[in-house]
Amino acid sequence: MADIRNYTMNFGPQHPAAHGVLRLVLELDGEVVDRADPHIGLLHRGTEKLAETKPFNQSIGYMDRLDYVSMMCNEHAYVSAIEKLLGIEVPIRAQYIRVMFDEITRILNHLMGLGTHGLDVGAMTMFLYCFREREDLMDCYEAVSGARLHATYYRVGGVYRDLPDTMPQYQPSKWHSKKDVAKINDNRQGSLLDFIWDFTERFPKHVDEYETLLTDNRIWKQRTVGIGVVSPERALQLGFSGPMLRGSGIEWDLRRKQPYAVYDKMDFDIPVGVEGDCYDRYLVRVEEMRQSNRIIRQCVEWLRNNPGPVISDDHKIASPDRETMKYDMESLIHHFKLYTEGYCVPEGEVYSAIEHPKGEFGIYLLSDGANKPYRLKIRAPGFAHLASLDEMTRGHMIPDVVAVIGTQDIVFGEIDR
Amino acid sequence: MGNVVSDQLKTVVARAKEKFGEGITNTTEALDELTLEVNPAQLAPLCQFLRDDADCHFEMLMDLCGVDYLDYRKEAAGPKYTGPRFAVVYHLLSIKHNTRVRVRTFVEGDVPIVDSVINIWNAANWYEREAFDLFGIVFDGHPDLRRLLTDYGFVGHPFRKDFPISGNVEMRYDERKRRVVYEPVSIEPRSLSKRVIREEGFGG
Repeated sequence: MADIRNYTMNFGPQHPAAHGVLRLVLELDGEVVDRADPHIGLLHRGTEKLAETKPFNQSIGYMDRLDYVSMMCNEHAYVSAIEKLLGIEVPIRAQYIRVMFDEITRILNHLMGLGTHGLDVGAMTMFLYCFREREDLMDCYEAVSGARLHATYYRVGGVYRDLPDTMPQYQPSKWHSKKDVAKINDNRQGSLLDFIWDFTERFPKHVDEYETLLTDNRIWKQRTVGIGVVSPERALQLGFSGPMLRGSGIEWDLRRKQPYAVYDKMDFDIPVGVEGDCYDRYLVRVEEMRQSNRIIRQCVEWLRNNPGPVISDDHKIASPDRETMKYDMESLIHHFKLYTEGYCVPEGEVYSAIEHPKGEFGIYLLSDGANKPYRLKIRAPGFAHLASLDEMTRGHMIPDVVAVIGTQDIVFGEIDR
Repeated sequence: MGNVVSDQLKTVVARAKEKFGEGITNTTEALDELTLEVNPAQLAPLCQFLRDDADCHFEMLMDLCGVDYLDYRKEAAGPKYTGPRFAVVYHLLSIKHNTRVRVRTFVEGDVPIVDSVINIWNAANWYEREAFDLFGIVFDGHPDLRRLLTDYGFVGHPFRKDFPISGNVEMRYDERKRRVVYEPVSIEPRSLSKRVIREEGFGG
């Protein structure tokens, strides 16, 4: 009789399907996984400790670098935690801008997750399609903040500045003739809102394209149906949130259940899965993109008709604008004070959670009354999801591990923090 | 925003106080949030109660983290903090009642020990490993309490307040030895802005 042995296999951290720096130690019985032990921390930068050494405002940029594919949502949780402790009001226009960009971010995140999930299980085209649309959305990021990824656009008390009236244009070069450039600049002639509106007109058709590629695709279904099944009871026990929880059939969405910003004024549906497998979670994410598109359209319509301030006028908290600083002594002093010492936040603690594209993203902020946080804890959704990788992959084959990593939408920036 | 919590949370406070009496050392309602402070000895029974009782029904553990109170209000003009050094903070969520509660337990000692809640909420597994790794808090009853985020062979608990922000060792590749070597850090920690506590009404 042949000698039967169990293998221990190392997966990653340099593996294309490891979504960054995941190191997995897999104990295998043949090709079947007996135990999966994720080793994380390769991207640990100590964000929480770094934040303790800096005035509150200076850590907003760190938030972008947590889940680096859904930047503005991270910022939203952080600034709203500080706003709650300070007890300041955010202008209504800023809240609409935040909701609009939260949803743009959700689409960005799901496109990234879907594209790489497709790529991991062999659907190369998905990746190319998804990144085509991400390009337009990152242009929106760039138009408001100057940065395509790490925006630092949300500030305590509002957002950094109002939406721009013009979009940047492509310039002719030796690769693109005047005629070509005129064509790609066609939807960039108006304001940012016009550009976003044009995107929302096109986007549902693009989602149909993704669905044509995947939803009834035999290979895609073979790789995802019945893989990584999580029952609703287990999903609650394991601390799942977001599409991972909704994929298991639990209708729970903070945007609806504990509305923040202006989500209570938005009209949208919450998709839920039935089986709790990878395929259902895929369907949930696709539908969420359609719903996000709906929310963005409602925000654009409101923002077009309601001009107003986008940041609090309390200059002890929010910086005065550059122009006044040139002639107003008091504004100059406020600016200097804000960018050196910052502001002191009253003693207290707050847990501020938002519906991040990946799940519940929470900021637990403990202040002792100083100009720097005393303790900042980031509750990253992916952390709880990855912790359950062992349970989700047990008894599956090695290729299914890749499918489960894809469906969890793992990003190491937030897990390792 | 006020200091009012929902009726359901008021019931939670009343029921918990009735059941655990002196075990609940303090309750705070601030910014619409409820905090229960509990004696470490009563932690596990309280968590079990919060999960299973029909009026509480906190079926999810959303977050668990350690806190080091060593430097708490060190810069303040008034009286200094004198309480226990470490705390473990739990954030619970009830999907049924749509409410949250925060549970905090203070622990003393250089090797603080609290009971693990992994059998009440399986989600606690990695959170407890993280708190052990970063703060050195030991969770009694955890089946696999290994370091999680720091390097293999790391010494110390980096999120304690007496651990320097720049760390103790640095790593580089040694060309002659043809391997990675660890050395004491060569950089000095610096801070561009001082930590200050301005009392209420500062600056008008």
